Amino acid sequence: MSSPVIKVDSLTKRFDAVTAVDGVSFSVAAGATVALLGGNGAGKTTTISMLLGLLLPTAGGITVLGQDMLRHRHRVLPRMNFSSPYVDLPHRLSVRENLTIYAHLYGVRNTRRRIARMAEDLDIDRLMKQRTGSLSAGQKTRVALAKALLNEPEVLLLDEPTASLDPDTADWIRGYLETYRDRTGAAILLASHNMAEVERLCSDVLMMRQGSIVDRGPPGELIRRYGRTNLEEVFLDIARNRQRGALDGLSPALEGASD
Amino acid sequence: MGGLSGRRIGAMVLRHLYVLRGSWPRVIELAYWPTMQMIIWGFLTVFLATNSSWIANAFGILLSAVLLWDVLFRGQLGFSMSFLEEMWSRNLGNLFVSPLRPIEHVLSMMAMSLIRTLVGVTPAALLAIPLYHYSVFELGLPLVAFFANLLIMGWAIGLMVTALILRFGLGAENLAWFVIFLLAPVSAVYYPVTVLPDWLQYVAWALPSTNVFEGMRALLLTETFRPGLLANAMLLNAVYMGLGVVIYLYSFKLARQRGLLLQIGE
Repeated sequence: MSSPVIKVDSLTKRFDAVTAVDGVSFSVAAGATVALLGGNGAGKTTTISMLLGLLLPTAGGITVLGQDMLRHRHRVLPRMNFSSPYVDLPHRLSVRENLTIYAHLYGVRNTRRRIARMAEDLDIDRLMKQRTGSLSAGQKTRVALAKALLNEPEVLLLDEPTASLDPDTADWIRGYLETYRDRTGAAILLASHNMAEVERLCSDVLMMRQGSIVDRGPPGELIRRYGRTNLEEVFLDIARNRQRGALDGLSPALEGASD
Repeated sequence: MGGLSGRRIGAMVLRHLYVLRGSWPRVIELAYWPTMQMIIWGFLTVFLATNSSWIANAFGILLSAVLLWDVLFRGQLGFSMSFLEEMWSRNLGNLFVSPLRPIEHVLSMMAMSLIRTLVGVTPAALLAIPLYHYSVFELGLPLVAFFANLLIMGWAIGLMVTALILRFGLGAENLAWFVIFLLAPVSAVYYPVTVLPDWLQYVAWALPSTNVFEGMRALLLTETFRPGLLANAMLLNAVYMGLGVVIYLYSFKLARQRGLLLQIGE
């Protein structure tokens, strides 16, 4: 396994009396896609926000591409990017204007050529002159992904990358992300509620509950360990705090899983 | 990756210029109020000039005051509006995970404030020439100093307002519109500072704007440029700007501690 491009060590975030993320540790290698799974309030978005520097941790460390994110995030940010359906691009600007601004912010060379390439790749050519606010959810997702890939990031953080997309578009996006990862060797960390998506895209899964990682492993291995037929059933076992191997008498599920 | 990036600052200026380019009503709105103010105060000046020796001695005193007051108001509003635009469009999350540094963001808001102020005030200043045969540009080089000091004061207040909006969210957005008017009575915009009660004069002299408006009156009434007042204004502006930057950066850090950058929006 190659050296990790994301390394998270005992990451903790407390909001007054509430511990949103509790001593989480994990790493993501170049070329890997890792999923953060968990129910609402499990700590996925909080973890991603800390990785991006939008949120300061209470304790713990984050290293991305060899840099301490808490001290030198601006050295790394040009090599990362992010997309979330909960963060918008300015609605009044056209798609081209938005992509132009972000290309400049990320220091992209040959801006026009790069934007044209992204537009072609993500099939948004005909949307370029439209106001971003007038786009459908699926179109907005593709534009947001174009923004997230403008700088050809080595680390890509995605929050629910296919939320509110129809199955066809969602499948297309997943295929595109796979191709991108394989071509560039980028590390992708995604938070998702779509288990089929995680099974398809991810080499590893981090299962979160109440701010902690309660289990981890490749999707196939988790399914096997829990004696289930798919990841959704594993997710439900964990979310509802059922024990791993309840059916076959294996040891309690979550023991020692949060290391 | 060390220092400030002109390209990133330029990108943020471009972002707001795109908004203005795509919305002529916004551009017209920028110039509308300063022009209306100038017209009303211009007619008042014409009337008073025939009834007041003070105004008759310096015809442009009220017109200059109203135009320079708009520099302060538009400067602060232009700064704060650039930040509010990002909140309204829920774009802060994207911006602050990009390589854009907070200080670059601040510099871009200053640049936009300058642009918005010039777009707003210049038509009014030009219109005063044919309407009232008065040109504020006749103030000469001191006008540049007055303009710069009022603009910088606007930025300093804009920084503090923005810090409050960052801390309290869009619930505090109205501050951007009215906070500057708290300073209007003590800025001695239309009357000498000596009109104020003694204790309030201390407050007034602690504002760069009071020094600018007193300097403007000295120039128009006695044709004397008072460098001491300008120096006071510059010194006070340095203090307020430093304070504004510290408050803004502290508020930004607080927002990162509390997760406010992802929560704010329409």
